[in-house]
Amino acid sequence: MLDISEIRQIEFDVLVIGAGGAGLCAAITATKESKKVGLICKSLLGKAHTVMAEGGMAASLGNVDKRDHWKIHFRDTMRGGKMLNVWRMAELHARHAADRVIELEQWGAVFDRTKEGLINQRNFGGHRYPRLAHVGDRTGLEMIRTLQDYGIHKDIDIHMECTALDILKDESGKVAGVVCMYRETGEFIIFKTKSLILATGGGGKAWEITSNSWEYTGDGYAMAYEAGAELMDLEFNQFHPTGMVWPPSVKGILVTEGVRGEGGILKNSEGKRFMFDYIPEKFKNETADTEEEAARWLAGDKDARRPPELLTRDVVARAINAEVKAGRGSKHGGAYLDIASERSAEDIKKKLPSMYHQFKVLAELDITKEPMEVGPTCHYFMGGIRVEADTTMSTVDGLFACGECAAGMHGANRLGGNSLSDLLVFGNLAGMGASKYAKELSEMPKFSDEDAKRIIRNATSILNREEGENPYLMHESLQNNMQNNVGIIRTDSELQEGIKNIENLKEKNKNVKANGSSQFNPGWHEALAMRNLLITAEAVARAAHLRTESRGAHTRDDFRDESEEWYQYNIISKKGEDGTMQVIKERRKDADPELERIANATLEDLEAEVAEERKS
Amino acid sequence: MGNRKFKIYRGDNTKGELVDYNCDVTEGMVVLDAMHRIQADDANDMACRWNCKAGKCGSCSVEINGRPKLACMTRMNEYSPDETIMITPLKSFPIIKDTVTDVSWNYKQNKRIKPFSPSQNKNNTEKGLVMQQVDVERTQHFRKCIECYLCQNVCHVIRDQGAQDKFVGPRFMIRLASLEMHPMDDADRIPAIKEDYGSGMCNITRCCTEVCPEDIQITDDGIIPLKERVVDRYFDPFMILFRKIFKK
Repeated sequence: MLDISEIRQIEFDVLVIGAGGAGLCAAITATKESKKVGLICKSLLGKAHTVMAEGGMAASLGNVDKRDHWKIHFRDTMRGGKMLNVWRMAELHARHAADRVIELEQWGAVFDRTKEGLINQRNFGGHRYPRLAHVGDRTGLEMIRTLQDYGIHKDIDIHMECTALDILKDESGKVAGVVCMYRETGEFIIFKTKSLILATGGGGKAWEITSNSWEYTGDGYAMAYEAGAELMDLEFNQFHPTGMVWPPSVKGILVTEGVRGEGGILKNSEGKRFMFDYIPEKFKNETADTEEEAARWLAGDKDARRPPELLTRDVVARAINAEVKAGRGSKHGGAYLDIASERSAEDIKKKLPSMYHQFKVLAELDITKEPMEVGPTCHYFMGGIRVEADTTMSTVDGLFACGECAAGMHGANRLGGNSLSDLLVFGNLAGMGASKYAKELSEMPKFSDEDAKRIIRNATSILNREEGENPYLMHESLQNNMQNNVGIIRTDSELQEGIKNIENLKEKNKNVKANGSSQFNPGWHEALAMRNLLITAEAVARAAHLRTESRGAHTRDDFRDESEEWYQYNIISKKGEDGTMQVIKERRKDADPELERIANATLEDLEAEVAEERKS
Repeated sequence: MGNRKFKIYRGDNTKGELVDYNCDVTEGMVVLDAMHRIQADDANDMACRWNCKAGKCGSCSVEINGRPKLACMTRMNEYSPDETIMITPLKSFPIIKDTVTDVSWNYKQNKRIKPFSPSQNKNNTEKGLVMQQVDVERTQHFRKCIECYLCQNVCHVIRDQGAQDKFVGPRFMIRLASLEMHPMDDADRIPAIKEDYGSGMCNITRCCTEVCPEDIQITDDGIIPLKERVVDRYFDPFMILFRKIFKK
């Protein structure tokens, strides 16, 4: 019989799961207020998904264009999110992003510089001004290394290659801890904690064509869901317009939006620059309508409007999809992304060194001479764990969430560059919120041994079964299902088919089997992740089925327009009393009138207002 | 490209062997793809580390036919069709299982290094640090490092002499160089570079530079300048005199 007293236990005030940008930032911030801070991560420190972010982090520093202001960043974010963002979160983000970037520089980040010696900023889709602080096209690496090198000198107890299995609660429903497993040895450990911050990232590994690594299996969503927390907006999955499409083995790997930010253009097989045909009504006034104007903008003319390649990601991804469907796709079924004809070879190597290297090695293609082939790839979850904006606490007491695994900040579609700044802003708020909560608890909440035993038994039964399903092949069928039925363009019948397949896979998963021992066994790890992937996939498919409109990244072929009615609602997923997933429409809170005014103001009016404010 | 032969190390630090596998290889595949295919079909419990699959995270470092490489950036067509591909763990670190090694020693070295200490002079402003691009370029060059530890793996001091207690290794020499050459860093790490981090141990064979997947000029731009700074400080008679006179 399993005896819980034989399992090692460690106590924390604040424990963070996930060591990407958000998790590290939360842990660092928590050390200011809390004595015992822990951090666990599935990979080695410094390898989390943040490392792959390329383009930059958005903040209205105004170093390149002085007209920038948090209000304009906020307006861009809301319009990019199709106004479904949680108003307060978008406000907090826009207001605090600049301070967080400057703080990161004090912690050791070395951004590219302007001529004046300040942090340089680049253009990106949906941002009115050059706004992204960056380091070539490896900004994520700079961010995670800075946080890592700074964080290891703070008093944080770091546990690497440690997988969180499930959350423990006390009798009153407060968070009490989490059961984890060291990947190296297979040893279980219980972390008792007053507050728990999830910074576990997204679940893009449920799709076949994805820019996400093995870690992105929706662990945070599933653990929070099992603990009774509410998930929100799961139907909004961002397909980044430019993933690699050739050769097959690299399909989905990200090609930074920075390529377009630096002037790259999209062409179809007929050589036509097709994005001019896909400018949405709402963005017509702010987008160039001729190649001549787009060229002037690239040359630095501040009166020229932005090229259509820099429309928001949802728009560009759909346009590429439509061109391919109409038979005008590139050789391997994508679009051509051409920077060679727009910039000198020297510029390209300087501004986009890792793209140059990536294509050279993986596709044997020189991007300073030839166009790249690109197509949509599953990239980011706008939805996630529902949190309170200022504290980042979920609907479960003591459970916090920040970064990609939290919902609300990005609405129906995220702007490029808003993710890295989100990690810093909400990582910081989570660290403070969780510390405050922990301080107010007089004693450590107590979990029940039975719960801990159940979690451990669920994990070990996968190894102990005589025979069962191969987890790798299960994962492949889930990926096929999501790619084909819950992809970039969705319809009722396919979504129903997708849900049916997920139900079948859930049944099969009860009998998943991993061969071998518990020591560093990827088959077992894959099997453990399957439950999380399936919960994530089900929440996505059910929410996508319920939302009968097209908004942002969620595109329904059978409901092609945004609906006034749906603007009023979020979709909430929650585990019901009977153990099945409840997916409901919930009316949004009314917007703060001042924020609503800013978001809906015309650009001219808002720019005039900001200029006026600065004078006085 | 057809069916290819592999030999992959299976086992741990105490015992292990090279096991034969076969795998169908298609156009554009890298070695990591083949490892994943083998894992899914024939060896479910075969341990391997990886993350980004695009040469950005430095997780999948292994030795392929004896050469230290990132498995995700090594294309199958680099090898002739009849060549057997041998995949073994990094030799300089203890094996955990199969191709996965215990690299925790590296994390301990990083912790010994005094982190960035921003100067509070007039260039530290409300709008951030004021530094010219040309002055940060060297530091940025070192900060491209993805911590794959291939350089640590081939460093003679670590690999052949086993002198882990005397030298932090090339990865952390360039971490030190990135801090020492940061225009707004105030700390002085030169004494520690000489005494604690073992700059004198490196005999400039440039093996580290050769294997760096980020093409960082570890030896010429990082280690040698640091060695020179140590020499200037401790062994240059003119400088010693200069410091005595001006009490610096």
